Amino acid sequence: MKFWTLLRANLGRHRRRTFLTIASVALALFLFASLRTVVTTLGAASRFGSARRLVATNATGIVFPLPIAYANRLAAIPGVERVSWANWFGGQYGDGKRFFANFAVDARSYLDIYPEMQVPADQKAAFLADRSGALIGNRLLDVFGWRVGQNVTLRGTIFPGDWTFTIRGVYTPADKAINDDAMMFHFAYLDEKTGRQGLAGWYIMEIDSAEHAPAIAKTVDDMFRNSTAPTKTGTEQAFNASFATMWGNVSLLMNTIGMAVVFAILLVTANAMMMSARERTRELAVLKTIGFTDRRLFGLVMAEAGIITVTGAVLGLGAAKLLYRATNFNAGGFLPGFDVTPATFLLGGAVALALMLASGIVPAARAARLPVVAALRNVE
Amino acid sequence: MPLVEIRDVTKTFSRDAERIDVFNGLSMEIEQGSFTALMGPSGSGKSTLLNLIAGLDRPTSGTVTVGGAVVSGMSPAELATWRARNVGFVFQQFNLLPVLTAYQNVELPLLLTRLSKKERDERIRIALGVVGLDDRLRHYPRQLSGGQEQRVAIARAIVADPTLVLLDEPTGQLDAKSSQEVLSLLSRLNAEFGKTIIIVTHDPHAAARARRQLHLEKGTFVEQAMAAGAPA
Repeated sequence: MKFWTLLRANLGRHRRRTFLTIASVALALFLFASLRTVVTTLGAASRFGSARRLVATNATGIVFPLPIAYANRLAAIPGVERVSWANWFGGQYGDGKRFFANFAVDARSYLDIYPEMQVPADQKAAFLADRSGALIGNRLLDVFGWRVGQNVTLRGTIFPGDWTFTIRGVYTPADKAINDDAMMFHFAYLDEKTGRQGLAGWYIMEIDSAEHAPAIAKTVDDMFRNSTAPTKTGTEQAFNASFATMWGNVSLLMNTIGMAVVFAILLVTANAMMMSARERTRELAVLKTIGFTDRRLFGLVMAEAGIITVTGAVLGLGAAKLLYRATNFNAGGFLPGFDVTPATFLLGGAVALALMLASGIVPAARAARLPVVAALRNVE
Repeated sequence: MPLVEIRDVTKTFSRDAERIDVFNGLSMEIEQGSFTALMGPSGSGKSTLLNLIAGLDRPTSGTVTVGGAVVSGMSPAELATWRARNVGFVFQQFNLLPVLTAYQNVELPLLLTRLSKKERDERIRIALGVVGLDDRLRHYPRQLSGGQEQRVAIARAIVADPTLVLLDEPTGQLDAKSSQEVLSLLSRLNAEFGKTIIIVTHDPHAAARARRQLHLEKGTFVEQAMAAGAPA
């Protein structure tokens, strides 16, 4: 602490430069934490899912439907305890700029299978009783200013026309990985308005034991192998992961951009530190004359780099944590549970440490090795 | 008893392919409590000799001993620690740190000691009082005159109570009045506080304050003058 006055004075020598360097580090760490959180959120989404839930989709692709008639046959398979189904709706609200997931579900069975979606009992009952009712994620209350009991009209994109629903309930996810800005309505309503085509987008099955998942999935796929709509069945986790793996290259890109940003800032910080030390050649020589050892000067210059990078890291990582939490950011529903994790904090801290070492070590070593007589002679 | 002993010192600089012999077997002694002026033309080796005594530079051969410590044989870390305790150095260009106040500049050598903050404060106030600047504690170098800056530099040199104070052209940047103030201060430090002072100067008035004058030419002492009653 004795040397704090000296450190503070040196950092305050070019206040604007010090401020900009700290701001650069803060921005780099903010971006690093943000991009890293995209990756961790995608990873969490890919890991979400009960091992006791299977998802069956059309083997040709998820955009191809499956007959609703499969439901009874699936329910009859030994080990299958519940069956539900859903269909992507893809409706837009207002000007359509704010995306949110909306799909038709077999309401009663869907809510039974997903206890993670917590709905007050009265609202659940109201939703189940109203054929044109809708259940919305709690975030949509804030996004659109909706309230329970309100009629909302969506413009259909896959199913053309205006579709009006009455909001009957609001769900709150018990798991952060569940999207909290989705909207669900009754499959029967969709089926009725589209001429009772009897087609579902995907099936969800709750099974008796996770150990039976491979066998039951095989039974399902074998059952429909020679039909016009063969199935592809896997665990819910694998189903979610298949979406996340579509982002696989995005994750790589995010990591690459994150490291590139950090490297660019490293050059800025290192340059600022070297300029700062070079400008003080005479002063460093004077300190050596006074009796400051090489090691102490090395430590002082490294401490300056440390103060800059630690301050920047605290500001950058702290801003990322507070900002995303305060704004409840989820990238329009694409990244539910978006939050800077403790692991990202630790990694950010390690990046800041590496930044400190990489930016400070050259000027610090130069200060330590400075030949006093030559330095004084050159500047006098 | 000699405080500084220089024995058979040679010092050679290499510049490109050229060898420059500054000293070739130089020997001398400086007594404790003396006030010595080193004079001579540019390039005669005055500043180099001062640097050798301060341990800022090493002789090519020979030994430099100060207060019984063989300075020429110390490691860089040992030299730094030794300098912090035993040597005060004053430069021609003052070399105060512009971002620190007079008080903070004077405090620098004390940061290397185990003194408490209170003890440091007492020492700083005494040192600045000795140089007559106890009313300029919070002033930055840019707010001081050249003479005042040099007095702060002297306070910094004496605050850790070193045995030896070395000054390289301390009046070279000062006007006549400020020079006289600084020289009077040095005489006082020598006479009242018993500091051993070695001053490198071109200025005959400055040299006249010393009790012993040594003239260097091409790395050799060519003349020695003593004030009446001065120790050798």
